[in-house]
Amino acid sequence: MRLRRANPIKEILRPLGQLLIFVVGSAVIISASVLLLALLLRPTRTDIDIFQVSLILLPQVLIDGITLGFMYAIIAMGYTMVYGVLEFINFAHGEFVMFGAFAGVELLIWLNAQGVLRTSEIWLALLWLVLAVLLGMSVGGALAVSAERFAYRPLRGTPRLVPLIAAIGVSFLLQDTMRFLQSAINGDFYRTFPEFGPFAQRLTLFSLSIDERPINIAIQYKALLLITFAIIMLVALNYLVNATRLGKAIRSVAQDQRTASLMGIDVNRIIALTFLIGGAMGGAAGVLWTFRFTRADPYMGFIPGLKAFTAAVLGGIGSIVGAMLGGMVLGLLESFAASYFSIFSRGAFGAEYKDIFAFGILILVLIFRPQGLLGGKTTQKA
Amino acid sequence: MRKLNLFLALLIVSAMVISACAPAPQPAAPVAQPAEQQPTAPAAPAAGNVIRIATQSPLSGPQSVLGTAIKNGAQLALEQKSGKLQEMGFTVELAPYDDQATPDIGVANAKQIVADPSVLCVVGHLNSGVAIPSSEEYHNAQLAMVSPANTNPLVTTRGYPEVNRIVGRDDVQGVVGAEFAFGEMGVKSVYILHDKTAYGQGIAEFFRQKAEELGMTVLGFEGTEEQANFDSVLTPILAANPDLVYFGGIYSQGGLILKQMREKGIDAQFLGPDGLDSSEMANLAGEYVVDMYFTTTAGPLSLFPKAQQFIADYEARFGEQVQPYAAEGYDAMSICLLGIEKAIEENGGAMPTRAQVAAAVRATKDYDGITGVKTFNEIGDLTVAQYFVKQVKSADPAKWGEAEVVKVLDIPAPAAN
Repeated sequence: MRLRRANPIKEILRPLGQLLIFVVGSAVIISASVLLLALLLRPTRTDIDIFQVSLILLPQVLIDGITLGFMYAIIAMGYTMVYGVLEFINFAHGEFVMFGAFAGVELLIWLNAQGVLRTSEIWLALLWLVLAVLLGMSVGGALAVSAERFAYRPLRGTPRLVPLIAAIGVSFLLQDTMRFLQSAINGDFYRTFPEFGPFAQRLTLFSLSIDERPINIAIQYKALLLITFAIIMLVALNYLVNATRLGKAIRSVAQDQRTASLMGIDVNRIIALTFLIGGAMGGAAGVLWTFRFTRADPYMGFIPGLKAFTAAVLGGIGSIVGAMLGGMVLGLLESFAASYFSIFSRGAFGAEYKDIFAFGILILVLIFRPQGLLGGKTTQKA
Repeated sequence: MRKLNLFLALLIVSAMVISACAPAPQPAAPVAQPAEQQPTAPAAPAAGNVIRIATQSPLSGPQSVLGTAIKNGAQLALEQKSGKLQEMGFTVELAPYDDQATPDIGVANAKQIVADPSVLCVVGHLNSGVAIPSSEEYHNAQLAMVSPANTNPLVTTRGYPEVNRIVGRDDVQGVVGAEFAFGEMGVKSVYILHDKTAYGQGIAEFFRQKAEELGMTVLGFEGTEEQANFDSVLTPILAANPDLVYFGGIYSQGGLILKQMREKGIDAQFLGPDGLDSSEMANLAGEYVVDMYFTTTAGPLSLFPKAQQFIADYEARFGEQVQPYAAEGYDAMSICLLGIEKAIEENGGAMPTRAQVAAAVRATKDYDGITGVKTFNEIGDLTVAQYFVKQVKSADPAKWGEAEVVKVLDIPAPAAN
């Protein structure tokens, strides 16, 4: 059997280009709609200049939304890969994220206790962070593989509902295991990401002023770093799936398990590897999530997991490119909804209604375009 | 495929329902250890001239340091001040109960207390969550209760004639915060956040009322149940650019809000209620806690002029350092004793009924205690209570206790409604 070699450089550039298009495209479309809405509402408001306020908020909302979008995209990979191969939704994926987060945070807390974190220079700090992400990936991946081996594989071939319920069970089991461990060892449910390195500093992009008061629009190094990590992971995953022998095996198992096994592919191994990759991405996302938001707790994976699942469905579940697009759109929409809801509704609806957007979108997509934005026949399954 | 989609849709809807119903996990509340035994209830049945005063506080478990301080303070007051009752021909005894900081146990104890007719007054509890259900029992039996520590508004706002407290109220901290922000911090505009709990939102709403009354501009009022990602509530603050961000809530959210807001470049000052009074704040927000303010209902003993004698007596009697709430326990017991004395006098020297004692306690006026002069209003709050504003001085969690009292305010209780 001859393998047609894909062009490696093309396989690296293509997802980069896609990501760029998704980020810029969804950012422009959503920003334009919000600004248009602001312009339309402007005459109705006498208390504040709603257009000006919207414009001032815009850069920060975009930065937050894009960061969040990348986060959702990485988590959504885990859902979409597994769905692509097994047509099974692994609802315990959010808990792989959570375990990864705790692994990374515990490592950093331990390093901090040894006194190596606070004194470290930027390159050293970066190294520790990468180490934490790698540990999170190993834990997330190992957990995903064990869950597949012990909870899902025995149920393969049963009706669709059975492994799904098992996944929900695994999810609760993992949540409460972590809760038990944490309360037994630390006496508290949550852990705090230690502060180290210069990551909290901000890069001021530009300054605005309203009413003589300067407002700095800035991006944290943290957010930049997070986006970089995410891009590296997404590109690497794309390369793995589209340009390597392993990826070809994954794709063939996704298309037809029986035929793939007849072609000499070890289907069980490939499925385990798919879980490994998805779980590792989840674990990394967990560490990055706490890096950004400081706090790891046993329930942290649940809502981001649901959102990432929404993102995967939005983009077209089973499609890797779709999950990237879905994550980005969802992250941006959520960020916009949260920041503008209260301004547009005169404070009647606050930021807490943002989740209505995420899940409302999911329902609309399922009703009107169940195959997702990029779904359908052209979908390239993972 | 179609079937699957329908199924998916159903699944999502149910997931939404579940996620909507499940409250965000709150930080671990301190839980009493259940292993400890119930305290021994007073053994002998009440004789005609025996008066018992019960204390209810956690004597075991993680909060037992504070609970024992309440009991010891009350015991000291009983030993020092029951002479007059003895001259009247009564024997006065202390009946200490361990509520284990747990509502069920508090209520079970309350039932026992109520069943003993010689108990005329209760000093308790440490935790509002225990005091509120337990006081239902006292109320049904018309038994007077004087709380040395409960700051939840609901303790008194139910309007029970038996339930009193000698400390301030949580919600008034909002007023305290607003007065301090306006008077001392020179704040002109404020953005208010809260955690949507009865505690946090209540305080935040009082803050808003007072702030508007004082002429500050309230640029926003927003609640959030988020536990980690506060981007969405903080971005509008960046645009609003207030002088002060006020957060009504607990440190687990407050620490992250403070940290993320500084990281976003919001330089506004930061103020909150005693929910932020935890060294965990310094763990979460790191160096950003330095110079932040919080209000509290509990002042250090060193601020009170009459405390020196009490500290000496307490250490001589119990051989240990005075812990928080010991002085409040002492004052609560003293008020109980005075109330009983008065009720006996009004009853012509005979044993008074519980209702008579409750009325006499409620009528307490200008009692000059260790922790200040106490007068109860018509719902059992202090007419004027003291509140304290503290400023954090160090980012080191171990030095959290060194936060400095920068202002003491006397604030009248809100009107009963």
